[in-house]
Amino acid sequence: MISLAGRDIMHAWGKFVFTGLGLGLLIGVTLSMAGIYRGMVDDGKALLDNSGADLWVVQQNTLGPYAEASSIYDDTWRGIRNMPGVERVANVTYLTMQVRQGERDVRAMVTGVTAGSPGTPGWPPYLVGGRQITRDHYEAVADIATGFKLGDSIQIRRNNYTVVGLTRRMVSSGGDPMVFIPLKDAQEAQFLKDNDAILQQRRRTTVNPVFNRPQVPGLLEAVIASQSTNTYVNAVLVQIGASYNADDVAESIRRWKRYTVYTRSQMEEILVGKLIATSAKQIGMFLVILSIVSAAIVAFIIYTLTLGKIREIAVLKLIGTRNRTIAGLIMQQAIALGVIGFMVGKISATLLMAPIFPKHVLLEPLDSVFGFIAVVVICIFSSIIAIRAALKVDPAEAVGG
Amino acid sequence: MKYFFVQKRTLALIVVLVPMLALFIYVSLRSGPLAPVPVTVAQVESRSIAPALFGIGTVEARYSYKIGPVFAGRIKFLNVHVGDQVTAGQILGGMDPVDLDERIRAQDLALQRSGSQLNEALARRAYAQTQARRYAELLVAKSTSEEIVATKKFELKIAGTSLTAAQNEFARMGAERDALLAQRVNLALVSSVDGLITARNADPGTTMVAGQSVVEMVDQKSFWINVRFAQTHARGLSSDLSAQIVLRSQESVLTGRVLRVEPVADAVTEEMLAKVVFDEMPSPLPAIGELTEVTVMLPVLPTGPVIPNAAIQHIDGKLGVWQIKDDDLLFTPVTLGSADLDGHVQVLAGIQTGDRIVVYSSKALKATSRIQIVDRLLKAKS
Repeated sequence: MISLAGRDIMHAWGKFVFTGLGLGLLIGVTLSMAGIYRGMVDDGKALLDNSGADLWVVQQNTLGPYAEASSIYDDTWRGIRNMPGVERVANVTYLTMQVRQGERDVRAMVTGVTAGSPGTPGWPPYLVGGRQITRDHYEAVADIATGFKLGDSIQIRRNNYTVVGLTRRMVSSGGDPMVFIPLKDAQEAQFLKDNDAILQQRRRTTVNPVFNRPQVPGLLEAVIASQSTNTYVNAVLVQIGASYNADDVAESIRRWKRYTVYTRSQMEEILVGKLIATSAKQIGMFLVILSIVSAAIVAFIIYTLTLGKIREIAVLKLIGTRNRTIAGLIMQQAIALGVIGFMVGKISATLLMAPIFPKHVLLEPLDSVFGFIAVVVICIFSSIIAIRAALKVDPAEAVGG
Repeated sequence: MKYFFVQKRTLALIVVLVPMLALFIYVSLRSGPLAPVPVTVAQVESRSIAPALFGIGTVEARYSYKIGPVFAGRIKFLNVHVGDQVTAGQILGGMDPVDLDERIRAQDLALQRSGSQLNEALARRAYAQTQARRYAELLVAKSTSEEIVATKKFELKIAGTSLTAAQNEFARMGAERDALLAQRVNLALVSSVDGLITARNADPGTTMVAGQSVVEMVDQKSFWINVRFAQTHARGLSSDLSAQIVLRSQESVLTGRVLRVEPVADAVTEEMLAKVVFDEMPSPLPAIGELTEVTVMLPVLPTGPVIPNAAIQHIDGKLGVWQIKDDDLLFTPVTLGSADLDGHVQVLAGIQTGDRIVVYSSKALKATSRIQIVDRLLKAKS
């Protein structure tokens, strides 16, 4: 049996393939948009995964440490360590700031990790180069998205750090790459601004008669010293024992230690539901608009293609071809167009768009499957208009003017 | 001819569609979550490592001196400035004596008067002695009455007592004068050792309370470094270990040794404190308070299996490494020993020398992950 659709495609295959290519680029953008949304959610989850924590202990009644500022004393961990079910604890600080390297600066989330060994909560779980931090000061592990290289010297506030390790996909919920530095340095970086700021602070304290009292020698020095220390961290990361339930441990810390505690699922809800909600809605809206536009364009293309061969269809009708065959011809062509478009879209989204996009684009296989089904369904529905037009053709047109 | 034309068109279509299909399959399988994870693999080496501890500290002087008045007063003169070298016993400055010199002069005169009174008492006693002796002889010749003799003896005793009182008064006046002179000397601000002036807290004319320091000085020979080590990373820290010292202001690495580990750790900052001394005092001398990086060398450990710390993973509450056995991934829990500062960690149990382990991976691995072994994950430095 002769495939009418196949023969017709072969007849003008160049036009057909190039139409498919154009459609494919549109589908590629749509797939990328879905990938951007997935990437945003994945960024949030990566942040949680990379922290290696089961529970986040933060300042009471805050959504910290990612969605809101949270500040707790750095010895809070001692009390939490003693709670039943708690296996490991670690202080952590997060500070999004510009990290300077030579002439350029990079926006990064500087994470202060507790002194310890690899596997401590908060430490980067895997590296792509170099080594983990071994010194308690002035070493950094950076995400490769920062553009830093091993051995680079980077400046965070007043201190220089040597990049000793590189990692990947360690990003904040906003997609900023992370730079891991020892906790003590991070506490200092969070608190001590820069030399000018410190000088200004000292000057202000010195001219304040409450602190600068001649009859109390040493008071001013003590006040200035106390202003230059930071005993706060943003959160305590907790890993719980295998036989314990995260909700139970969280509840007991909430009850007895008077802190707010989030479990993994609650944290995910905060990150995905609150932190990236607006951006996600924007992307979702774009996705809907793009899908509608794509559907409309597919419909137009198929309709135009059909109108282009209306005379041939009239001839077919004239020679007694059944309506079903003609409808099949158009629908098969529409589906073929959709399939080519989807393949081009998938290839372009994966190879061209995702790598150059500044944010993480995650193309899930399941999304691709859904995308494929959607493309085919859209093509089928779009071809209905064209089929109607084709079936309404008067066979007399074949012989007419 | 027509057949050939059709062939040509089909061929062209195949040339376009087949590579596209191939690319599509490649893209679907080799990128995204289905793609194999590129990893680098290394063999567990057998080697010895030299652990070291890293801490930061500040240069401090072991002996520092605050020199100031013991009485409230006003500074009269100050001869030294910050940075001056001074010697033991050198007068650095002095407090205003106010009326002390006049009081010393008055005391001198009072002492002279007391000397005159002493001489008078001596004369009175000599006279009383003579009288008493003469009247005693007269009584033997029956030329005077016993009552008069008794009176003369009494007068002699009085004169003796007066003499003693005058002597004591003279001594008291002398002692008071000495006290005033000592106070006068005490107004001088004197260097107690050979050293360097580090602070000049007040200038002449300033009124100081007792105990406030006018100048501060240090003994430069006693410079040491107060080093802080994180408690978790201070295992093995003890005195007499050799240390490398890098001063912030200098490039070169200096050598030193741990003088002592402080018996009291810092409970607030969770750090151990140690004092490190220089083998040879650097020249020029470092500034007090300068930040230093100190690396303390621990004894070299015997040979054993060593892995890079980048290979260590923490999965389900266990520390371990991803081992490659028959091209399959296997998470092997390990017991870790000491580590050096270059990222090498000794393995006490879990894996053997020669085992193949994953060092770097481009994403977190699971036991079911497909892996692709590559030489390196990072592009070579251009």
